[in-house]
Amino acid sequence: MGRGIYIIRRLLLVIPTAIGVTLVTFIMIHLIPGNPAVTMLGIRATPHNVALLDHQWGLDKPLWQQYWLFLIRVVRGNFGESLFYSAPATGIILSASAVTVWLIVYASVISVAIAVPLAVVAALRRDRFADHVVRAIPLVGMGMPSAWVAIMLILGLGIKLHVFPVGGLDPGIFGHISSLFLPSLTLALGIAPVLIRSLRSSLIDAIDAEYVTTARSKGIREYRVLVRHAIRNAIVSSMNILGLQIAWLISGTLVVETIFALPGVGALMVNSIYRRDFPVVQGITFLLAIAVILVNLATDIVHSFLDPRVRFE
Amino acid sequence: MVTPVEAARARGRRRVSPPLYLGIAILAVIVGLAVFAPLVTPYNPITLHPAQALLPPSAHHLLGTDELGRDVWTRLLYGARIDLEVGFLAVLFPFVLGTAIGLIAGYFGGWIDAIVMRAVDVVLAFPFFVLVIALVFILGPGTKSIYIAMTATDWVSYTWIIRGEVLGAKRHEYILAARTLGYPRLRIMSRHLMPNVITQAIVYSMSDIVFTILTIVTLGYLGLGIPPPTAEWGSMIADGQQFITTHWQLVAFPGIAVVITGIGLSLLGDGLADLLRVD
Repeated sequence: MGRGIYIIRRLLLVIPTAIGVTLVTFIMIHLIPGNPAVTMLGIRATPHNVALLDHQWGLDKPLWQQYWLFLIRVVRGNFGESLFYSAPATGIILSASAVTVWLIVYASVISVAIAVPLAVVAALRRDRFADHVVRAIPLVGMGMPSAWVAIMLILGLGIKLHVFPVGGLDPGIFGHISSLFLPSLTLALGIAPVLIRSLRSSLIDAIDAEYVTTARSKGIREYRVLVRHAIRNAIVSSMNILGLQIAWLISGTLVVETIFALPGVGALMVNSIYRRDFPVVQGITFLLAIAVILVNLATDIVHSFLDPRVRFE
Repeated sequence: MVTPVEAARARGRRRVSPPLYLGIAILAVIVGLAVFAPLVTPYNPITLHPAQALLPPSAHHLLGTDELGRDVWTRLLYGARIDLEVGFLAVLFPFVLGTAIGLIAGYFGGWIDAIVMRAVDVVLAFPFFVLVIALVFILGPGTKSIYIAMTATDWVSYTWIIRGEVLGAKRHEYILAARTLGYPRLRIMSRHLMPNVITQAIVYSMSDIVFTILTIVTLGYLGLGIPPPTAEWGSMIADGQQFITTHWQLVAFPGIAVVITGIGLSLLGDGLADLLRVD
């Protein structure tokens, strides 16, 4: 199977998933107990407001028609009016997304910077002390609640040592880099264990592989063998893991943005839940799922260029 | 006719590894402390004692008291009850549902499998915690919502694992033999396939419990989990946050409790993987 056909097949696979995502997001409103409009409006639920919302959400129409209208709205990028801001939900969500993208990219960079050296050391010193230490990291790291990690980092690096700002977003690129460091580190510590684990095992596979033995037998220096052959291949096979972690990173932004008072999509989601602002919650849920689908698609396509074997599977 | 499970049983020497013992020991201590909490501590986790608020750790209060005068050690123990129970049950439901769907999808294949796998893709597209928190918000607070939300999102892990295992096991002779003998499908699935494919799911479920406890703690931290005044590790972290500069232990210890529980479950999972490995 050629690369072109692989990519086309991969693109086609997006369609049923995207349709499924619209179905799930559509059903959300019907899972609300009682009359959705009454439940969401709470004390503001006057008959007039309820009738208005019923009409706006199309709840006065048959189910299939509601879904059809929802689909049309979604394609146009319209998730209705925010009940809190009285403005289109989509605009509010998109204006919050810049911070979240920053956080995710920053966290990915930090997690790679943590994971690669540790995995290399562990793989080179396999079954020795350093390896045992590195292998113990996921054991501890996987079980750390990110809210707790964030507060502990604020206490240690923010309050006690005054190294980093502990909340809010400073303007400018350097302001971003310093004020987003602790939140990004929190997210990075969450995915680093998974990265370390997979990088270590793919490095070990690479070191044992025949092409590395061949390179050695040709008299290439050990350092060069490692960097040019083993590490490069191990990173390609671990890149997929980082792509798959994107959904985890997005989940993590909910807590991290809330704790560090950052104006991103994650904090907007949590605050909209507190405000019972259903259109924003629904819009964020949908858009984040689409973001995950696109990132996974991009990861697979990039991977098919880096690793020719993918196309033949 | 030797099935993989029987082959594993027949092997005289099972790989019982130190992680397994260590994991069991850690969990036994935690579960023991949780179950016998009333015997371990004289205090009540909910009763308020405003006069004894924010006391430092002492012989009377091992980890001090919180801002409402409640003993932190006591609340940790009672919190273990809630977090472990909900964590376990919130994995049990998706485990059962996902295993059943995975068995059916893998065994029948064809269009049933295609539909199931597209549904799996759809659920996996949503960032896990985003979907869980959205569902808990829609369904209202409480443990019932947590169970429903977790089941609706987490079944895909088990379906994915079991389906893959079934696709492999289906080709084995003992399944072909059972089919040739004309056994009903239900019997083949439950008596022949299940015991041989369930191992991976059980091993995975250990790390899944860790993950689920983290989810419950995070929901609790955000005030969307188990409602107060019930002692729960996540809400303890949230309550202690405002006193972080003066009483760091209020936040530190609930987190450490989660980490230790996680270590115990991960070790148990690793040990089970060694023990049950069918090769």
